Amino acid sequence: MSKVLVIAEHDGVNLNGSTARAVSCAADLGLDSIDVVVLASDGTAVAEQAAKISGVSNVVLVQNPANEHAVAAFLAPQIESLASDYSHVLAPSTTFGKDLMPRVAAHLGRPQISDIMRVESTHVFDRPIYAGNAVATVEAPEGLVIGTVRTASYKAASNDGSASIETRSVDVTLPSHTRFVELASGGGGDRPDLQAASKVVSGGRGVGSEENFKIIYSLADKLGAGVGASRAAVDAGFIPNDHQVGQTGKIIAPDLYMAFGISGAIQHLAGIKDAGTIVAINKDADAPIFEVADFGLVADLFEVIEELEQAL
Amino acid sequence: MKILVGVKRVIDFNVRVQVKPDGSGVVKDGVKMSMNPFDEIAIEEALRIKEAGHAEEVIVTTIGPKACQEQLRTALAMGADRAIHVLTDDEVQPLTAARILKALADKEQPKIVLLGKQAIDDDNNQTAQMLGALSHWPQATFASEVKIEGDTATVTREVDAGLETISVDLPAVISADLRLNEPRYVKLPDIMKAKRKPLETVSIEDLGVGHAAAVKVLKTTAPAKRQAGIKVESVTELVTVLKEKGLIS
Ligand SMILES: Cc1cc2nc3c(=O)[nH]c(=O)nc-3n(C[C@H](O)[C@H](O)[C@H](O)COP(=O)(O)OP(=O)(O)OC[C@H]3O[C@@H](n4cnc5c(N)ncnc54)[C@H](O)[C@@H]3O)c2cc1C
Ligand SMILES: Cc1cc2nc3c(=O)[nH]c(=O)nc-3n(C[C@H](O)[C@H](O)[C@H](O)COP(=O)(O)OP(=O)(O)OC[C@H]3O[C@@H](n4cnc5c(N)ncnc54)[C@H](O)[C@@H]3O)c2cc1C
Repeated sequence: MSKVLVIAEHDGVNLNGSTARAVSCAADLGLDSIDVVVLASDGTAVAEQAAKISGVSNVVLVQNPANEHAVAAFLAPQIESLASDYSHVLAPSTTFGKDLMPRVAAHLGRPQISDIMRVESTHVFDRPIYAGNAVATVEAPEGLVIGTVRTASYKAASNDGSASIETRSVDVTLPSHTRFVELASGGGGDRPDLQAASKVVSGGRGVGSEENFKIIYSLADKLGAGVGASRAAVDAGFIPNDHQVGQTGKIIAPDLYMAFGISGAIQHLAGIKDAGTIVAINKDADAPIFEVADFGLVADLFEVIEELEQAL
Repeated sequence: MKILVGVKRVIDFNVRVQVKPDGSGVVKDGVKMSMNPFDEIAIEEALRIKEAGHAEEVIVTTIGPKACQEQLRTALAMGADRAIHVLTDDEVQPLTAARILKALADKEQPKIVLLGKQAIDDDNNQTAQMLGALSHWPQATFASEVKIEGDTATVTREVDAGLETISVDLPAVISADLRLNEPRYVKLPDIMKAKRKPLETVSIEDLGVGHAAAVKVLKTTAPAKRQAGIKVESVTELVTVLKEKGLIS
């Protein structure tokens, strides 16, 4: 029997939307069944959410006080001890999965397939390289496959499943060399999560200052959109790091992406290739962002935002 | 203590990478090669830790063909003390790279191994975590701040939810994110000095490392290209087209 194990990403209360996207990728493998594992300190609520993901047969709940925060060095040995029942172990390619899965893979002596964007067969996958400027079709060696899923390439599996929940105890000794200290969230407030938002309004260096970024937030709120940024805007301190979109930030796929004062460097474009409609506002008619924008407007961003605020 | 830093030679980040028409890879002939930008940041951090008095020696290493010496010399010019070139013309995937780095760490006994969080060619983002696993060391990936106090490091990490801080016992593996620091510029006299710094060459066999099970690249293709759309002339026109598409109401 061939089974897939998907590692759930969550914050102890809510299941992260990336999990249901990873399940969609798992479904493309066409294997006998899909299990989701929730590693948590008290994970009943998260397990119940995971049980609703369509296509999942079984939710494995592993509770341990050490799982209060997602520390790779603690989670990896627990996943390793579950892995022998499965042909594939997948996690979303978010910072959670990126941190965790190579640690699992190396312990098991397996290479990892990072950022799976398409499943061709049980062992053949497409993945982006060079910031998405090329796509490699790769074949994993025979045996257990460990991979991370490029979530922007998959729609979330629907929410009408009813998997069983099985609590398991995993008996492994966990290291004492790592301690969680704190998590300072970027303070996106109640705005939609960047990776799940259907609309994203994004600002670049052209926005000019942290103060000016208020108009980006205000427009986003009017549209019910998430807020993104270029690396230059983050580096300049206009906005916290968790808003960065691109090769080294978040890879997103909203229906609408509006870029204000962003030039369109390849590293930035790597994060928005799967957006439905891209709108670019830039005062430089030659900015490379116009090469990918569905609708471009050569104009001053401040004037455009003011007019938009009135028009909406 | 010693710090070991891994550096990789990659196509420069400014190059627009072209896929070969026969699907065998990307065009590398005549293309500008540089040090992976994350690795420059890793070296800079190692040098700062040394300059703050926490380390005595910064060793840089690369795994790859002869030409990678160029990047080792750059690292030495930045201030690293010596270099180890693991010379190979074979393809080295992250798991094998991690095994090699572990063999070097066993030999050199560094307290910190600093790597880039990802190499911008294959974008795997694996090597540091794999080394952590193989060594049974803690890992602090995607670091944007590193503080050393005695035998522990307090590391702030760039994660999707914001900034996470963890504390790890040394020895540990740390992978550098972009905002960890701004690498220094190399000055001409330093380049001259770097030529006299020790650079040792070893083979993978010398280190007693076997190649791990590998992923096979079947083909490389150009991604589906987005077509450039249209330019609109005014905000009014923009609002109209977005409404037509049902994207705004
Ligand atoms: C290894 C590596 C990884 C990277 N990863 C990322 C990443 O993940 N994400 C990312 O975004 N970048 C990344 N970068 C950086 C990237 O190369 C660019 O430097 C960055 O995206 C530029 O940001 P920007 O477009 O905001 O700034 P700029 O390139 O400076 O562009 C600003 C734009 O604003 C326009 N403008 C200015 N004023 C106005 C105005 N009043 N009205 C309208 N337009 C105006 C200008 O015409 C210009 O086009 C990475 C770089 C490296 C080397
Ligand atoms: C001649 C040759 C041909 C190759 N051809 C291919 C090919 O066609 N397809 C393919 O997928 N791969 C190929 N590789 C392997 C590939 O270039 C990478 O070394 C390997 O896939 C590691 O992936 P990564 O760099 O993305 O790892 P990451 O995990 O993203 O790297 C993270 C960090 O690990 C360290 N690191 C990684 N590799 C090295 C290294 N070699 N030396 C020192 N430090 C390192 C660096 O600090 C780096 O920032 C080839 C290698 C060689 C030498």
